Amino acid sequence: MSRTGITRAPFDPAALFKALFLATIAVFVLVPLLATVLGGFKSLGELRVNPFGLPQHWEWQNYADILFSARYWQLLRNSLIISALAVTLTLIVASMAAFAFAHVRFYGSSMLLSYLTLGLLFPAATAVLPLFIKVRDLGLLDTYFGVALPQVAFSLAMSVLLLRRFFKDIPYELLEAALVDGCSYIKFFRYVTLPLSRPILATVGTITFVNSWNAYLLPLVMLNTDALYPWPLGIMVYQGEYSSEWHLILAFITLTILPTVILFLLAQKHIVAGLTAGAVKG
Amino acid sequence: MARRIASSPAIGVAEASFSSIAVRGPRWDGRFTVLILFLPPALLLFTLFVVLPIGEAAWYSAFNWNGFGRPTNWIGLDNYRFVLETRAFWLALRNNGLIIAVSLAIQLPLALALALMLAERFRGAVALRMLFFMPYILAEIATGLIFSFVYDGDYGLVASIWRTFGAEPPHLLASTDTAMLAVLIVIVWKYFGFHMMLFIAALQGLDKSLVEAARIDGATRTQTLRHVVIPLLYPTIRLSVFFAIIGSLQLFDLVMPLTRGGPADSSNTMVSFLYNNGISRMRVGYGSAIGVILFVICVTFAFTYKRWFMRDE
Repeated sequence: MSRTGITRAPFDPAALFKALFLATIAVFVLVPLLATVLGGFKSLGELRVNPFGLPQHWEWQNYADILFSARYWQLLRNSLIISALAVTLTLIVASMAAFAFAHVRFYGSSMLLSYLTLGLLFPAATAVLPLFIKVRDLGLLDTYFGVALPQVAFSLAMSVLLLRRFFKDIPYELLEAALVDGCSYIKFFRYVTLPLSRPILATVGTITFVNSWNAYLLPLVMLNTDALYPWPLGIMVYQGEYSSEWHLILAFITLTILPTVILFLLAQKHIVAGLTAGAVKG
Repeated sequence: MARRIASSPAIGVAEASFSSIAVRGPRWDGRFTVLILFLPPALLLFTLFVVLPIGEAAWYSAFNWNGFGRPTNWIGLDNYRFVLETRAFWLALRNNGLIIAVSLAIQLPLALALALMLAERFRGAVALRMLFFMPYILAEIATGLIFSFVYDGDYGLVASIWRTFGAEPPHLLASTDTAMLAVLIVIVWKYFGFHMMLFIAALQGLDKSLVEAARIDGATRTQTLRHVVIPLLYPTIRLSVFFAIIGSLQLFDLVMPLTRGGPADSSNTMVSFLYNNGISRMRVGYGSAIGVILFVICVTFAFTYKRWFMRDE
């Protein structure tokens, strides 16, 4: 079937149109990305006359200078700490709550669950000023926790919904049998539910990670010290300093999105599943 | 069933040796412990950082307050009046409307068309899917910076194209006429892949026998698409529209590196307007009023939309 399709393809106007259409979109997506990576290898002068093509003279220095600067690694380190905090806390707190919602029947259960899902309806930005005041009054301003805790709070709604749906699919008989054998709910959670739920934990972890890693508004509001800045803040500062030295900025952009791209290639399954997860009704 | 009956006394025995709660009777076994240990962290965090701030925004919005000390200067609804009298606010609202329009009129149809092409198996389909999804996972800040290079009037790609035609390159982001248009293009670039993936996931979950039945009954490709496949996708389309609108309403990160909402407020969104006028100047009351307005818009929209279009889900 596919073999005949290939030989026939050149004569089929629909297939030709489709190929052209896909190629156009691919170019539309790829060109800005490639120009960014390649731009980092050019000198400013060459960038001006040749922004599209391969560099005539490869300037490794642009990338090397950034890679050997303490600044770059500090930004990544800060981002990593904040994201790791957000992911760890989200997984612990959300899976505990999801377990209670999935396996324990109690009065007000569905009410509390709808209370949590209110978080899906509005963006963090709406209350960012009071949030700032709250974080300040708690003494968390200019700390990693001041950024991570609100991120956890805002990721809870989606995370609890996803985890609860997965936990509910664990057969009730398993819980029953465990209880008969003298296992407590908490031990069941620790030794049965969590190990069985690795795929969904990975998915929820990845969504939280990507969101936290890319976040800009919350750290912008909560952090004042350059030394604590995660990379989206740091790169804006960098761009401010080197305003029109685009070859350096492009190299810097490339190096800061590199971790995301690598993670994406390694964990595409979880990322795609996670970021489109809202589609499957919670 | 038989197992359940047999098991209930056993739970009592087993639990009694484990914990003292079981003394209260088998009905409570370990569940009470789970509830008081497992629920509070989530509820506390959520209440503290999500629900309370919204309530406080409503409270603060009645004050003229710079955030220091306690709010004392009560001005009632004046902040809302100030917001509504600001031309830039209406511009921001219009821009959010434009973003929604472009999302619905260009982005979603594009995503759907690509999904229909890429849901089929052929060589390169998976690679193309991943490529198209890639912009979505890039940080908005990075995307914004990449495109501020693309649009740069001196070094950018657009400038270079213009020069090959011998024309003086425009500074797209620096002109009130073109800044918003430039932002809209970036939005399509960044988000169409997300919607495409939603549609692909839905297409792969479709009941293939319905499509085959239509084919056997003599429906053409177009007819099958129009009368079978697309109607089957309606739930996903409704969801996609929902995400597009809620996403448009909270757009901020992308605007900052591109234009910061300028020039002359021409490319502000609601959130960048909130940032520029409330947060960066610490006008807590005024900023909170903008936040409350945005909140009301989001929640009203979400409830209305769910009631009208997503009743069955």
